[in-house]
Amino acid sequence: MQPFTIHAGVVAALDRANVDTDQIIPKQFLKRIERTGFGRFLFFDWRFLSDGTPDPRFDLNKPEMAGATILLARRNFGCGSSREHAPWALADYGFRAVIAPSFADIFHSNCFQNGMLPVTLSEDAVDELFQRAAACSREGRPLRLSIDLESGVVQVPEAEAAGRPFRHTFATDPFRRDCLLRGLDAIALSLAHADRIAAWERSHGIGAPPAPSRP
Amino acid sequence: MPAPRTLLDKIWDEHVVCAPPGELPLLYIDRHLVHEVTSPQAFEGLRIAGRGVRRPEATFATPDHNVPTTDRRLPIADLISRQQIDTLRANCREFGVRLFDLDDADQGIVHVIGPELGITQPGMTIVCGDSHTATHGALGALAFGIGTSEVEHVLATQTLRQAKPRSLELRVEGRLGPGVTAKDLILHLIGRLSTEGGTGFVIEYTGSCIRALRMEERMTVCNMSIEAGARAGMIAPDAVTFDYLRGRDHAPRDFDAAVARWERLPSDPGAAYERVEVFDAAAIVPQVTWGTNPAQVVGVDGRVPDPTTFADPFERDSGVRALAYMGLTGGTPIVDIPVDRVFIGSCTNSRIEDLREAARTVRGHRVASRVRAMVVPGSGRVKRQAEAEGLDRVFLDAGFEWREAGCSMCLGMNPDTLAPGERCASTSNRNFEGRQGKGGRTHLVSPAMAAAAAVAGTFVDVRQWHDHA
Ligand code: SF4
Repeated sequence: MQPFTIHAGVVAALDRANVDTDQIIPKQFLKRIERTGFGRFLFFDWRFLSDGTPDPRFDLNKPEMAGATILLARRNFGCGSSREHAPWALADYGFRAVIAPSFADIFHSNCFQNGMLPVTLSEDAVDELFQRAAACSREGRPLRLSIDLESGVVQVPEAEAAGRPFRHTFATDPFRRDCLLRGLDAIALSLAHADRIAAWERSHGIGAPPAPSRP
Repeated sequence: MPAPRTLLDKIWDEHVVCAPPGELPLLYIDRHLVHEVTSPQAFEGLRIAGRGVRRPEATFATPDHNVPTTDRRLPIADLISRQQIDTLRANCREFGVRLFDLDDADQGIVHVIGPELGITQPGMTIVCGDSHTATHGALGALAFGIGTSEVEHVLATQTLRQAKPRSLELRVEGRLGPGVTAKDLILHLIGRLSTEGGTGFVIEYTGSCIRALRMEERMTVCNMSIEAGARAGMIAPDAVTFDYLRGRDHAPRDFDAAVARWERLPSDPGAAYERVEVFDAAAIVPQVTWGTNPAQVVGVDGRVPDPTTFADPFERDSGVRALAYMGLTGGTPIVDIPVDRVFIGSCTNSRIEDLREAARTVRGHRVASRVRAMVVPGSGRVKRQAEAEGLDRVFLDAGFEWREAGCSMCLGMNPDTLAPGERCASTSNRNFEGRQGKGGRTHLVSPAMAAAAAVAGTFVDVRQWHDHA
């Protein structure tokens, strides 16, 4: 897995709450059997008009959000289906982090499995970021953020210089953070406890597979 | 004396393999259910790493999401769907996993066949790469959806890294009125909780109303826990649960000994939940969703709300967006909304009792001429049972299509989809934009409400169905 340590990049601001995984990656694109190549289907029904051209009204299609690597959204991001195709599509599109006031549980843990950082900030902090993104958008320039996972800090580097600091801290489960910082293989880590797993199985009468109860 | 524990505490404590300092606990997984959409990349991951499936005999697979619901003898027309199903077949063969294939009499929606075959049992931990795994909690299991990387993790280790979720008791007291179903109950609860009210929690449904529900009704309730943000929903096992499981294919052979164990699972008196909410069953009316998430719901005797009056700015914004997508105007009585399509099916409402309820409503009637309606049983067994009872004839005579088992128009990965702008009364669980087809408009309702809408061509209050019809 690609480690996540410090990341600086352009923000794409998607001013919606309850963005569900059916929107992030619509079901017609779930038939692929690979993990890659989902980026061009990201937000498909919002991103493209019926003739297949980009919808200029959709946020991610704005020129100042081109090349964005950090997605900003409102509360309950990633609700709905468990499809890991959602973080795969976000990652394949180029996102490394999503910032929102809250995330749906399954989406949240799926992010960590894919080197993508979900950052939970307060409603107020997220609101301020949206305002800053809108101000940048009016001037036709991108909003840049930097995210430091180790210290748990999000900031706007340019704002520091301009005397309008934005600096907020966020919390991440220490184990998940460690795995992400070091890009660890979660399965290998768990298999390091194989003796404990086997002991649990023995104490629960699980050894040889049970005889099938039907032909 | 040990501290009183909840059902969740008991299952959790039993299944923690280890909790090394600085790591998340490893939770043992008793049953792993697999379907074709969220598993190919997991098996591929195993192959690349040279790993096997730790307990193939605890792993069960079935194709359901992509499968055609028309003639099964024909090859699947959609080549990519066919490839995904072929991939599942090859993976199950290679890794020794039991597959209920398309030609298997027991194939069906994964959350329908698990309980039906007795694979789902009280006190178990059960996972599946599917958010509606919460369904299995109806039998007193801790069951939740996981992503594909976690599917691979469970295949390889039979465990999962999990932080212990918080506990939320939803206590529902009293009785549901005539014509009000488990579906109306859960839609009402989601409407009160919001789509993220249960995030981070496992819901335990308790109270006299829940105790009085039959097994399949309990599944409908637990199924939709995820729509309130909760990863799992559960109901303490009792005589209803044991009677349901007795004699099922995969039920324990020493059933009485199992019951003796299961009887110790319900929460101890005085066990504390981190949050408790209490509801009155008698106040619930048949529900219809008006928007694009399941919490945007109102009683059938109500009107489409005017979201511009909502106090919360996000609810206002998402309500306005939802009405535009749904092609509705605030203030419209729900019973004035015409429907084009009716879908009776999905892991929420495709079991035999759901079909009986729908058949009772349509018996002796015809589907309105403007409506196209279909019934998709949840499994091969449900289909055969319905046919043995003559329910297929009731539906066919009324003008419904009668299909093979699968997810079908719940998410429309197979050819069963809505056309843009089509409005559907659906017994499924999600009314998200585009869920049943791009531009399609979904209203979630109970099987009886869906059946009545098929006949009337608009939503009707099933409580007055017999006067009306
Ligand atoms: S019926 Fe619908 S919700 Fe249930 S498993 Fe299938 S697609 Fe998912």
